[in-house]
Amino acid sequence: MTLRMRAILMAGLLLPAATLAEPGSRLWATGGVTTIEGSAGGGLVPWALLSSYASDEEWGGTLSLARAEVSDFTLSVTAAALTWRNRVELSVARQTLDLDDFSFALDDAFGLREDELVQDIFGAKVRMFGDVLYQPWGQWSLGVQHKRNRTFTVPEAIGARSANGTDVYLAGSKLFFAAFLERNVLLNLTLRGSKANQSGLLGFGGDGGNSYRAHVEASAGIFLDRRWLVGAEYRQKSDNLSFANEDDWWDLFVAWVPSRHLAVTAAWVNLGDVATQTDQRGLYLSLQGTF
Amino acid sequence: MTRYLVTLLAIALLMGCQTRATEPADALYQALGERPGIEAIVEDLLFRIVDDDRIAFQFRGIDAQQFIVGLSDQICELSGGPCQYTGKDMVTVHRGMAISDSQFNAVAEHLVLAMERHRVGTGAQNRLLALLVPMYPEIVRQ
Repeated sequence: MTLRMRAILMAGLLLPAATLAEPGSRLWATGGVTTIEGSAGGGLVPWALLSSYASDEEWGGTLSLARAEVSDFTLSVTAAALTWRNRVELSVARQTLDLDDFSFALDDAFGLREDELVQDIFGAKVRMFGDVLYQPWGQWSLGVQHKRNRTFTVPEAIGARSANGTDVYLAGSKLFFAAFLERNVLLNLTLRGSKANQSGLLGFGGDGGNSYRAHVEASAGIFLDRRWLVGAEYRQKSDNLSFANEDDWWDLFVAWVPSRHLAVTAAWVNLGDVATQTDQRGLYLSLQGTF
Repeated sequence: MTRYLVTLLAIALLMGCQTRATEPADALYQALGERPGIEAIVEDLLFRIVDDDRIAFQFRGIDAQQFIVGLSDQICELSGGPCQYTGKDMVTVHRGMAISDSQFNAVAEHLVLAMERHRVGTGAQNRLLALLVPMYPEIVRQ
């Protein structure tokens, strides 16, 4: 993405924070933040929460920018989501993985001259029943993420079967009031069916397996007050490609929600081995505007 | 990783039990500023409500004094104070109002802001919300 496009997006993201009225009635931080795949959740794991603060008579949306810089790769995400009456969430996200030094390895091994991988993700999530704050059984949502690689040369060369794939997930989220040291605790559990390699950036399926696998993903966070949430996430992954090992992901995050308009998330992420590069760890930063 | 989470959760539950066991039964009532503190919060809440177009119409024509005394009695009793709520039950009070989630959320927000204004700490706020949230099904969509 060009610098100008980024600047325009950033302006669009901060504009609602400065000018518009309150964006919806749901309580602070109950829209979660934007995941790297565009769905509302934490950083790596989608939650049952729907984006924005649209309550049952309202609609709302979010714009977000995120960047993860791990040892040998940089991932940039631009995403937007729209939520109708706290019932349906539609999202789009573009992921750009900058291959950095790995592009030289690709050139050596496969004669490929690619310096980035780009994937588009179209998401939909429906809140089936419940409410994260008010129902004892929490809130449960069903979601899909349809993922399309813009270029398939690299995933194909390393053994992926398909450029496109669709993840399906069931997520449950529940806030427990005054549960730990009188602080509110948010728990999320997500069950995902997926064929994706590294969330789809390395394509779908492979020589090591080409069927849907069930993955468990979980997050836990504690609200220090209504503006600060700290927690951890875990995401199980498949290992479909024999060319390189694929590890589960986890992160430790802190999210700051100073108002309904703005959310800033910082995380320490551990992606494990990614495409033959070992121990990919680093910082994640995301900025979300809500309107 | 999952093992750590389970351990953390177990510690959380244990500590939750411990704090409840050692503190006086009216600790939350004290933290809310006893009866005068609670009434000041409820009064502030009502001012915020009538100023909010999303919900003001639902409160049109109510007896303000009766509302303040009634809700203060309820919060006082729930928080362990020496009061008894003698008004109608929550279902009866809200019958026919068709209160939406948006409206319920709006009142919850104003309650939190009113508590913040009266310097109720985060812990006490959370404990009161934990006591009020079970009333949600008796209030919404009646």
